[in-house]
Amino acid sequence: MPKREGMEVSIAASEAIRLANVDAIAAYPITPQTHIVEHLSEFVANGELDAEFIPVESEHSAMSVCMGTSAAGARTFTCTSSQGLALMSEIVFIAPPMQLPIVMILANRSLSGPLSIWNDHTDVMMVRDCGWIQAFGENGQEIFDLTLAAFRIAEDRRVLLPFMVNMDGFILSHVIEPIEMMDQETVDKFLPVYKPKYRMDPDNPVTMGAFAMPDLYTETKKAQDEKLKASLPVIEEVWKEFGDLTGRYYHPIETYKAEGAKTLFVTMGSFGETASTAVDMLREKGEDVGLCQIRLWRPFPYEAFWKAVEGVDTLIIVDRATSYGGPGGPVASEIRSALYTLDPKPRVVDFIAGLAGRDVAPVNYEDMYTRAKARIASGDIAGYEIYGVKE
Amino acid sequence: MIEIRFHGRGGQGAVTSAELLAVSAIEHGKYAQAFPSFGPERRGAPVVAFCRISDKPIKLRANIYTPDVVVVLDPSVLTIAHVEQGLKEDGILICNTKYDGQRIRKILKIKQKIATVNATRIAMDILKLPITNTTMLGALIKSTGLMEKDALEGPLKKRFGKIAEKNIATYKEAYDKTVILES
Repeated sequence: MPKREGMEVSIAASEAIRLANVDAIAAYPITPQTHIVEHLSEFVANGELDAEFIPVESEHSAMSVCMGTSAAGARTFTCTSSQGLALMSEIVFIAPPMQLPIVMILANRSLSGPLSIWNDHTDVMMVRDCGWIQAFGENGQEIFDLTLAAFRIAEDRRVLLPFMVNMDGFILSHVIEPIEMMDQETVDKFLPVYKPKYRMDPDNPVTMGAFAMPDLYTETKKAQDEKLKASLPVIEEVWKEFGDLTGRYYHPIETYKAEGAKTLFVTMGSFGETASTAVDMLREKGEDVGLCQIRLWRPFPYEAFWKAVEGVDTLIIVDRATSYGGPGGPVASEIRSALYTLDPKPRVVDFIAGLAGRDVAPVNYEDMYTRAKARIASGDIAGYEIYGVKE
Repeated sequence: MIEIRFHGRGGQGAVTSAELLAVSAIEHGKYAQAFPSFGPERRGAPVVAFCRISDKPIKLRANIYTPDVVVVLDPSVLTIAHVEQGLKEDGILICNTKYDGQRIRKILKIKQKIATVNATRIAMDILKLPITNTTMLGALIKSTGLMEKDALEGPLKKRFGKIAEKNIATYKEAYDKTVILES
């Protein structure tokens, strides 16, 4: 088994990009994604990575360049955060209908205002409906692994869609932890050279990014939706293959001590590890509780989710973003909707926590568990509670 | 699991200390995590950094509130940064100071074990710079026995390249000069 090395998660992510042997990188540095861009530009400058590093003046240009290089048939990577994603968002929505398998790491960060550089999921939720495959890593190893697998999935001819790997800013990006690296030979076998199905080629002209009149737009969108949904079995297949290769298996929905549990926490991203520690603490106190971790956010893995919550009475959702004036945090709203046709179905208690880097420790999960019980007892579980507000 | 909090001033290497400790622990087969107090880095301002070391995978992404070990890299933050906050009763406070443990005990009014070393002096003598990160790692390893004395040599060499030798010298000097005052 390869040795674990202590390194910053951003460095591990850059290593994954180097091992993936990308052809083109266009990115604009923004906290907390900066270390990835810095490290990649060093790789290219040192000759450790034979890629075009294209410095750009903004994230809008970064994604525009990525679309160009990807359309030309280059394996393409970018990464951003927060305001950077907001600025590039116009272009983010155009990559999926153009079938461009760009891979992006999003170092999740809050949006202004007030100005904040710290972690939450407001940025990714802003582009929830952009049509990219969207997955969340729980720790550094997962960011490394999911990034490598992302290229293989995105470039699969049954998929041909861009892939966004969500990495919690600071909480993951700036932590030194053990990472098991892969050697180039193994990666090359898993991830062969990208052979585009369609590409911009002056000798063989194709139309990309066309104009659609009302009589065709709906059909285009239907096709795009079907395409994203159809990526699910391929994602599962590639993750299985990755697991067979490395011993590290990933699933769209992961559970921890959930078997037969009456209450489950539902989390995404780096919340998962701390929540699993809280589950251990609560179990020691005799509480019947487990954890359901959503790894794949788009396409949403309904079947796996329904299976995970079978026989469960209560889901305590821990959201990391707000939908102002809406029915709940983005995850809770999604899950309430996903549960609607089930009978019987678990009740949902929604907390919004960890906004802009507010710490969520195991004791806070215990507290949310207690508060959820109280809310159920009072009969009022509608809406959501923004957790830990100083009064 | 051992939880460690480093106090220093921006630019002195508190973050580097935490990183080097984690990398060394991982190198020797342990699980470890190191992270700064996230945010803008400010040279000269009081800063903290954190490190967890365990024999099992660490499933925690939260701050450290009740450290087993507190390391104070800069004497000037001793009384302004609440360095003793949350320190476990059976924990240890390791301090860069020209005073002895008794004096520190009186200043901070704490009962825990205290380790002292004049790290600034050692760093000035050997490195000619008041940067005490590797020096205080020597004091940390001596007073906690977390790892073997030579466990940090590899990571120190890798990290400091040309100036590794001097850093290893400060590390060893501090290891030898650290004095422990039991609780």
